[in-house]
Amino acid sequence: MSIRERLSGNEAIATAMRQINPDVFAMFPITPSTEIPQYFAQYVADGKVDTEFICVESEHSSLSACMGAEAAGCRAVTATSSAGLAFMNEVLYVAASSRLPIVLAVSCRALTGPININHDYSDSMAERDSGFIQLYGENNQEVYDNYLMAHRIAEHPDVRLPLMVCEDGFITSHAIENIELEEDEAVKKFVGEYHPENYLLKEENPLAVGPYGISAYYMEARVAQAHAMMNAKKVILDVAADFEKTFGRKYGFFEEYKMEDAELAMVIMGSSAGTAKAAVDELRKNGIKAGLIKVRVFRPFPGEELAKALENCKAVAVMDKSEGFSACGGPLYAETAGACFNMKNRPLMVDIVFGLGGRDFTVESAKSVYKRLAEIAETGETGDIYTHMGQRER
Amino acid sequence: MAYNLKEEMNKQERFNPGHRLCAGCGAGIVCRAMMRAVDENDKAVICNATGCLEVSSFQYPFTAWNDSYIHTAFENASSTASGVCAAIDVMKRKGKIKEDTEYKVLVIGGDGGTYDIGFQSLSGALERGHNFTYFCYDNNAYMNTGTQRSSATPRFAAATTTPSGTESVGKKQDQKDLTQIVVAHGVHYAAQTTLFGNMKDFHEKAHRAIYTDGPTFVNVLTPCPRGWGYPAEDLISICKAAIDTCVWPLYEVVDGEYRLTYEPKKKLPVEEFMSKQNRFAHCFKKGNEWTIEAAQRYVDKKWEDLLSRCK
Amino acid sequence: MGLKASEINEHIAWQDLTTGCEIYEPGTSRLTRTGEWRSRTPEWIKEKCKQCLLCAPFCPDASIPVTDGKRDEFDYDHCKGCGICIKACPFQAIRWKEEN
Repeated sequence: MSIRERLSGNEAIATAMRQINPDVFAMFPITPSTEIPQYFAQYVADGKVDTEFICVESEHSSLSACMGAEAAGCRAVTATSSAGLAFMNEVLYVAASSRLPIVLAVSCRALTGPININHDYSDSMAERDSGFIQLYGENNQEVYDNYLMAHRIAEHPDVRLPLMVCEDGFITSHAIENIELEEDEAVKKFVGEYHPENYLLKEENPLAVGPYGISAYYMEARVAQAHAMMNAKKVILDVAADFEKTFGRKYGFFEEYKMEDAELAMVIMGSSAGTAKAAVDELRKNGIKAGLIKVRVFRPFPGEELAKALENCKAVAVMDKSEGFSACGGPLYAETAGACFNMKNRPLMVDIVFGLGGRDFTVESAKSVYKRLAEIAETGETGDIYTHMGQRER
Repeated sequence: MAYNLKEEMNKQERFNPGHRLCAGCGAGIVCRAMMRAVDENDKAVICNATGCLEVSSFQYPFTAWNDSYIHTAFENASSTASGVCAAIDVMKRKGKIKEDTEYKVLVIGGDGGTYDIGFQSLSGALERGHNFTYFCYDNNAYMNTGTQRSSATPRFAAATTTPSGTESVGKKQDQKDLTQIVVAHGVHYAAQTTLFGNMKDFHEKAHRAIYTDGPTFVNVLTPCPRGWGYPAEDLISICKAAIDTCVWPLYEVVDGEYRLTYEPKKKLPVEEFMSKQNRFAHCFKKGNEWTIEAAQRYVDKKWEDLLSRCK
Repeated sequence: MGLKASEINEHIAWQDLTTGCEIYEPGTSRLTRTGEWRSRTPEWIKEKCKQCLLCAPFCPDASIPVTDGKRDEFDYDHCKGCGICIKACPFQAIRWKEEN
């Protein structure tokens, strides 16, 4: 039986962690993810978990400690945001190439500068090539559910990759919403125990991790890692199917909202999708064929499936909540446009960078995007492909 | 138990040949001795910072180590080890590994990975009190990248980023005294040693460090023939000169108490150490005599300071 | 479990690498014959040797095997010819080999 509760995204993640009872949690504080280890510290203090909780001296060290613990045979977790994730950057790549299935909760927050504590995806998008699987949630429920699925995906023998569970800083991390929690025992049963085949503390044979790889092996090692990420697609869907069977909530690579006959579509991520759905509902009442795709899985990127979902659209706006400074569009646009390139009848597509550093995205903002898409569909002209929205301008 | 070289050499080798360290590299001697200091029935996990030793001792698919080994990056060997220490505690508590199996966590890095880029993670791990022993093989510069100066490079030593020239007499700053900084963390055991004699000094310190609870530290002056500019076969005499000139004093600190473990019968002038190595060659040129005098003054001051602590 | 180190070489396919380039055996470096690097070779003069073993711990390449408290012939598969042992010996029982 599910339990109705009211929790913030951070507390939902901390609750999932408590239910899973990981072996090691290495923490370092940063806004807005700090609450996760704070809640967890209380669970430790109250004997609700028997996790080894270590307060290290930096995010670089928190992920490094997770690597040591995970390689030693443990389920290791941590949480961070923004500059903390950027500081982890080097270790993210090492953890992924060492194929250590660490689970990292990210309360996504703008990168400096100027320094800003509010939400956008500049932190997690900057790590899109790190080799971590990335799952994004729209609200506390999705973030909680993603966390329950995370270890099983990451630890699957065909995958063995670390994973980020991403929530929107403050918007999701701190806002208290209704949530359906699952019972502790049901969660434990669903997630299962972690039994790696080889680990540093294994009695029978030693394990050596992290070699120097000369050119004769590096390419092969990277190809193997690339295939692990490809394998993750099937595993993500399999775990989601079991999750639906167990808990009743359905997940895929992305959510299609009123896409059956949509001509004008938005590709968007996280909490902004909730706002945009309200706009879609309003427009639908006026007979406008608007739809929306909310990307849940950004790594591995479900390019083929996304292209298929967009094939009948006339105009698509990709909504990037991070600025990649490529001078030709953000990361979500680059991926989506790339995925659609080989389609026979691809829709016209523009990129809109919005919401940076907590800049508001309202139903009206979303409606203005659909208005622009309607013009594009009508004229067949995209205008500027790469634009920003919500900034003051002369 | 008294040190017995024969018994030590009878032990099974836990750092194997076939590693790719340069001929005559002191780090190979350090690793062998470090592993002999782990009791034969105990298991070890080695956490290695990026550096000469790492690229040489685990080049896929060849590991020189008999024990489990992990390398992650340059600056985080101590934090990686913190995770391993946490794992030992929790896996024993949860019954995932045997309670009575002794695991020794040994962290090893060069001076770059210890004095410099790994300093923060070392300090953090010392403060947290994890049960590990850190071995620094201090070869006085970034040798893996080609002898760039580090904070462990002594004053006047030429490194590729502090070369001697018409306007330069090598590195401008004195060596960072890392051992004292480690001691200031309040660790139960810290020591300085090097490679000489029958390796008794090294062994006893390493063993004591490994079998003392909490974080412990062993700083090993480890000559690098290529970086220091001396014939590889002279390693022992270079180490001996370092301790007889008091350039590298041998001592240990047990719960804050200093103990001198080697006092030269006759303290030799620093030239005895410097003249054997090409990195100090410019100091012996006409007009640069002051560098040797300044080096001597620094060594004398540090030595007096150490003697006063050992009283 | 993946391949043994002895089966991993520069011709195998990416599918045959161990996951994350891990190794599950001890001391596989012995498969590398670093003796090939040697430009000079130390020679053990058995008659002069007092078996004090002062040479053995100083070999960076563990190439002076000791069994039952006695050293044996050099492991020339791995000795890199650094010569530290020559200087370590108080009895001149190790010297450079005269090579043609």
